[in-house]
Amino acid sequence: MSEMLKASGLFKSYKMGQTKIEVLKCLDFSVRAGQFVAIVGASGSGKSTLLHILGALDEPDAGSVQFEGKRLDKFRAGELNRFRNKMVGFVFQFYHLLDELNVLENVMLPAMAQSSTIGWLRRRIGAKKHAKSLLERFGLADRIGHKPYQLSGGERQRVAIARALMNKPALLLADEPTGNLDSETGNGILGVLEELNNDGQTIVMVTHDDRIAQRAHNVIRLADGKIV
Amino acid sequence: MYKLILPTRYFLKRRITYLAVVAVALCVFIVVVVMTVMNGLVSEFKGKNHDFVGDCIVSTESLVGFAYYEDFLKQLEKQEFVQAATPVVKGFGLLTQPGTGRNIGVEIMGIEPAGFCEATKFAQTLYYHKENPSDAFTPTYNPTLAGCVVGIDMISRSRDRSGKYYHSSEPMRIELMVTCFPLTAKGALAKAATDLVNSKTIYYSDDSHTGLVKVDARMVYLPFELAGELFGMAGATPRASAIHIKFADGTSLKTGVGRVAKMWKVFAAARANQKYANLLKNVTVQSWPDYRRSSIAPMEKEQMMLILLFGMLGIITVFIIFVVFYMIISHKTKDIGTLKSVGVSRAVIVQLFLTFAALVGLVGAGIGAGAGCGFLVKINDMEDWLFERFGWQLWDRTVYAIGEIPNDIKWEVLAVIMATAVLAALAGAFLPSVRASGQRPVEVLQVNQL
Ligand SMILES: Nc1ncnc2c1ncn2[C@@H]1O[C@H](COP(=O)(O)OP(=O)(O)OP(=O)(O)O)[C@@H](O)[C@H]1O
Ligand SMILES: [Mg+2]
Repeated sequence: MSEMLKASGLFKSYKMGQTKIEVLKCLDFSVRAGQFVAIVGASGSGKSTLLHILGALDEPDAGSVQFEGKRLDKFRAGELNRFRNKMVGFVFQFYHLLDELNVLENVMLPAMAQSSTIGWLRRRIGAKKHAKSLLERFGLADRIGHKPYQLSGGERQRVAIARALMNKPALLLADEPTGNLDSETGNGILGVLEELNNDGQTIVMVTHDDRIAQRAHNVIRLADGKIV
Repeated sequence: MYKLILPTRYFLKRRITYLAVVAVALCVFIVVVVMTVMNGLVSEFKGKNHDFVGDCIVSTESLVGFAYYEDFLKQLEKQEFVQAATPVVKGFGLLTQPGTGRNIGVEIMGIEPAGFCEATKFAQTLYYHKENPSDAFTPTYNPTLAGCVVGIDMISRSRDRSGKYYHSSEPMRIELMVTCFPLTAKGALAKAATDLVNSKTIYYSDDSHTGLVKVDARMVYLPFELAGELFGMAGATPRASAIHIKFADGTSLKTGVGRVAKMWKVFAAARANQKYANLLKNVTVQSWPDYRRSSIAPMEKEQMMLILLFGMLGIITVFIIFVVFYMIISHKTKDIGTLKSVGVSRAVIVQLFLTFAALVGLVGAGIGAGAGCGFLVKINDMEDWLFERFGWQLWDRTVYAIGEIPNDIKWEVLAVIMATAVLAALAGAFLPSVRASGQRPVEVLQVNQL
């Protein structure tokens, strides 16, 4: 299988006044289409940082990320937006849902973002159906009219996953998708992710739970800014 | 679609936006009310000056006056752009009230009441002769006596709290004596030692309320011929101090004054060799604002000061609106990060927040303007109510010559104020949203919210 995403020589550091925290030190990483990769590592080891860079939400200080052979840092603004909208679905560790939109609207947001107003009017019904089926799959069918602040942490997390899957992205990047769930619900979500993977969905997932990581095909361990 | 959904939700669901609406509304309200009242006061004052002198004044500052005015009047009357023109004699004198010991220095205007009322709004300033101003100098209590009109503040009259002067149904018989120094055409005293002055006993026939404090406190109006005699301007070659002109409708002040000035130049040149030609040299043709400049200028200075102060207030207002929006959007930078992470373009993000700001700005400006207009419409009722209830007046009418508080709303001013408020809101939303949407999503998401 060909490499869908390939990162090479990634450096990332944060300056805090005089001290410089080096988070990623010449990190190489790649995912092939259809893979289910788990990234594990201690808290603060840079898992989220790496995932953000892979999803073009952040830029490395040095090194590059290629998606299907094209370098993300060479993308123009429009291409970058299209990449974030269609190619990847990102599940944030802290969900980042919009408080003013209800659950259904939050899930549909990526679909709305890609259409003009007229286009959206035409696609609205299909999009709504798809969003509802996703929410059903995550056990939130009866919460579609609620606002994010009316949901528990685990429920928000599931809304965030549904949103990430809305545009059927080639690559799903999930930062601790089960971090706030009890083991039963977490297992359910993992089951869904496995199902998706079986249907061909490429997934990169960050977790600090080794048992969850075992269910992925590949487990990658981050330590000292590198993959070990 | 979210381009409309999101701004509308921000607008409806966030309490801070209600505060923003109130802030915009208050700012617009204050600016509308203060601007309207202030502009009203100034234009009222200017209007009173205009009413007092007419459109255009051909005059000399010399107390001697100028000759041949009758010829020029005849020329003026032939012009179709001139609706009315009337001669006036001006000078100074001493007014005494026999038996009371009261005597004051006064300004005297000799006028032809009918003509003067056509060229100016003099008739409106009278009390007893509003309907028949040509008889202004006829005392109703004895039509055979020589009458005079005095500025209303000269006869000790008091005003009630609504600003109205007390008047008895008939003018009281008041005997006055006016004393003047007559001058020759050369400017010398016309009479010899013992009999230096001209005195005349006159009777109060009416008073004039122009609303101009200096005029109402110092002016005595006499019949034109009488004033001419008192000042030594009557005679074989009579002189006048000024010609007051009213232009026909449709003639702009500028063109009218220009044409009169041209006529005067030709007129004066044609008389260059006549006996009193030197008196014509000091004659100027002025529009009413120029003629009353010494009176209007301080007011305009004051207005300039107010506009300056007000400009500062306006800038602060705009800044407050700007800050409110800056804070709201700064509160929402996390949303900008989220929107960016699902691929919303920078332009669309800015557009979202501009839509939101326009919504808040328009609603706020609308409410503020509506409340301002409502307040202005009712401002006089409210002042009356406050006065009746608490005895409190914004302007003490026994002191200030203000009738009603001016509340004539200028729609173009209103539109400018509202547009400025909306623009301030847009600017306040534009800067932070442009800044935040230009960053990487993670950078924005990590930003601590205010
Ligand atoms: N914006 C930032 N400024 C400064 N330091 C940062 C910033 N973001 C992350 N860091 C630091 O970089 C390191 C890696 O952070 P990161 O969030 O990638 O860790 P993580 O592996 O995801 O941890 P966790 O499992 O707790 O989520 C941490 O030490 C963190 O303090
Ligand atoms: Mg993390």
